[in-house]
Amino acid sequence: MAAKKPNVSKKELLHYYREMLMIRRFEEKAGQLYGMGLIGGFCHLYIGQEAIVVGLEAGTKEGDQRVTSYRDHGHMLACGMDPKGVMAELTGRKDGYSGGKGGSMHMFSKEKNFYGGNGIVAAQVPIGAGLAFANKYRGNDNVSFAYFGDGASNQGQVYETFNMASLWQLPVVFVIENNHYAMGTSQERSSSTPAIHTRGVAFGIPGEEVDGMDVLAVRAAGAKATAHCRAGKGPYILEMNTYRYRGHSMSDPAKYRTREEVQKIKEERDPIDHVREMLLTGGHADEDTLKAIDKEIKAVVSEAAQFATDSPEPDLSELWTDIYV
Amino acid sequence: MAIQILMPALSPTMEEGTLAKWLVSVGDTVSSGDILAEIETDKATMEFEAVEEGVIGQLVVPEGTEGVKVNAVIAVLLEDGEDASAIEVTAPVVETPTKAPAPIPAVAAPPVAVVIPVEDDLPEGTTFKSMTVREALREAMSEEMRANENVFLMGEEVAEYQGAYKISQGMLDEFGAKRVIDTPITEHGFTGLAVGAAFAGLNPIVEFMTFNFALQAMDHIINSAAKTLYMSGGQLNCPIVFRGANGAAARVAAQHSHDFSAWYAQIPGLKVLSPYSAADAKGLLKSAIRDQNPVVFLENEMLYGRSFDVPEIDDYTVPIGKAKIWREGTDVTIVSFSIGMQYALEAADKLAEEGISAEVIDLRTLRPMDTEAIIKSVKKTNRCVTVEGGFPVASIGNHISAVLMEQAFDYLDAPVINCTGKDVPMPYAANLEKLALITTDEVIAAVKSVTYR
Repeated sequence: MAAKKPNVSKKELLHYYREMLMIRRFEEKAGQLYGMGLIGGFCHLYIGQEAIVVGLEAGTKEGDQRVTSYRDHGHMLACGMDPKGVMAELTGRKDGYSGGKGGSMHMFSKEKNFYGGNGIVAAQVPIGAGLAFANKYRGNDNVSFAYFGDGASNQGQVYETFNMASLWQLPVVFVIENNHYAMGTSQERSSSTPAIHTRGVAFGIPGEEVDGMDVLAVRAAGAKATAHCRAGKGPYILEMNTYRYRGHSMSDPAKYRTREEVQKIKEERDPIDHVREMLLTGGHADEDTLKAIDKEIKAVVSEAAQFATDSPEPDLSELWTDIYV
Repeated sequence: MAIQILMPALSPTMEEGTLAKWLVSVGDTVSSGDILAEIETDKATMEFEAVEEGVIGQLVVPEGTEGVKVNAVIAVLLEDGEDASAIEVTAPVVETPTKAPAPIPAVAAPPVAVVIPVEDDLPEGTTFKSMTVREALREAMSEEMRANENVFLMGEEVAEYQGAYKISQGMLDEFGAKRVIDTPITEHGFTGLAVGAAFAGLNPIVEFMTFNFALQAMDHIINSAAKTLYMSGGQLNCPIVFRGANGAAARVAAQHSHDFSAWYAQIPGLKVLSPYSAADAKGLLKSAIRDQNPVVFLENEMLYGRSFDVPEIDDYTVPIGKAKIWREGTDVTIVSFSIGMQYALEAADKLAEEGISAEVIDLRTLRPMDTEAIIKSVKKTNRCVTVEGGFPVASIGNHISAVLMEQAFDYLDAPVINCTGKDVPMPYAANLEKLALITTDEVIAAVKSVTYR
């Protein structure tokens, strides 16, 4: 079957390229700062999965909400949060989104309707349905996106949530980012049925599998899912077939998979290379243009890293603030 | 021999009920399984079925009679061949120690008349109305829901069933299914969902049928609701109320009889309230619903049907974090909350007869705790006994002891004694259950010990 010419403008393609590259460079820098001891604790990088958040954000509108797991840096950048504030939170500084009190896994932006950043596997799933509940309660047509992984999809609360979301026809898109490894346990070793998108069948929730490495496929699936939700037809499940290039967290040596496996995905399915190829072959950009974009992004990321290094640690009095309103 | 039909116990805590309606008349032949009557408990109206066959010989208790004690004779059934002359009992509603063992109430009958001490800040001339704790909770929720469109109630059986404990009775009618929401039995899920709705700016009231089931939802109460404000650097608050019955009910054994006060009181980010009286139930629940923080509101099933005077004031609220002195005294300070107050007050009454003057403090709020009120009292009495239904290890009383040792050591004339439930899972057997619960006598003994009497 001949590939259909994608319905996408040069401007859009360049935007997706820029957004994905921003996430990748940001994450590479975060990895570097972690190695330097500037970032502590757990730090889960999103490298490889960039097409998912960028493709889905393309179909959001003002007021839509998103909530995700601890692998959250990409989601924050994609919904418009400031790389400086995110990086400064990673370094635990005063100018971070949570004033240094949340860290990599616990960041929020009320302004951008980003509800975390959740360190407990699958806890964000009912929370995402609760955001959708609020939309329905208020009678607006906003949609919430609840992102979770293949590992989380085995948690009981996911199915409690599926049941209620379908029962109450809540406008929530469940986005399963299936990167095939729950920390070190492959999907084959943890899941009785591999097709996670079919797990809504028991609840009457439609679901589909999407090539999560193809930003345009993600965008198209997202458009379909959000239209379904906005039309009042209840929740929708998108299983994004994706891959993380790095370990589960910075401290994961990733011995559970071969170098060859990772290398093969990088060479054949990389989401950024894919768009780059489209830009070049479609005549939308030449090497020089892309180099310029790369340079520009590197500058933004370096500036964020500098900001996150220069920002002071929180004042000691902050220990006692924000416990109660 | 004619068979006596007795008033049945239709719930673990039922001691009496209303014989709402007879569905049989004298002379009717009934077989086992036939519905004899409708009986109204404080929770629900239940149908009462015949167990044995026969002819109705007499309806001893007329329909509409309230306050019929469990095990009172309500009708007489004639067996094959008997006539009315076989009827021996014609006595009206009396308590009868007959065949079936009466359910032993797990807690002693309420102390005589409960008189509410007047709050300092009530306007002069305030009138009071007698109200059960159950009604007070319902009024609090209804008033707040009328005032704020963003407040809604969700939980198991809160809507169409009218509340498992009838707290939300009638609320579905007034507020509709959008705001009074029956959930599936899925505590983990609906608690997380409600937390998400609160993050989005709504004000959910989550009813746990009992707090025993909130164990399934603990992660969202602690990790999602209590910690997010801090983790977000003050950006994202969670204005939610988790409420329901906490502590021992009656004869429901270990998994349904557990006081979680100390668990929740340990968590920064939560406010934890546990009222005793109906006035405080109402005033504190209203404050809890308005509070912009997550509030755990611990009720007690044994108190739901208890009546107290509630001020007839528009929009009556009680401040969170303020203890109340129920009776003033000079010899010892008894600190308690929730159902524990019943033992504390009973003990104080009896101690007064022996010339020991006890000051009784109702904490009402467990977090933030009004330790100032306790310390102030202990500086006067120099002795302290704490009373609670929970387990003894790492209890609320342990915390109070530590606070007193750290902040009022020089004022103590005796070690603080913590009266608690026993350090065992709650047994089912009536005699063992009684032994596991705190008693008034234990409080009295503790007071005598600290006063060296």
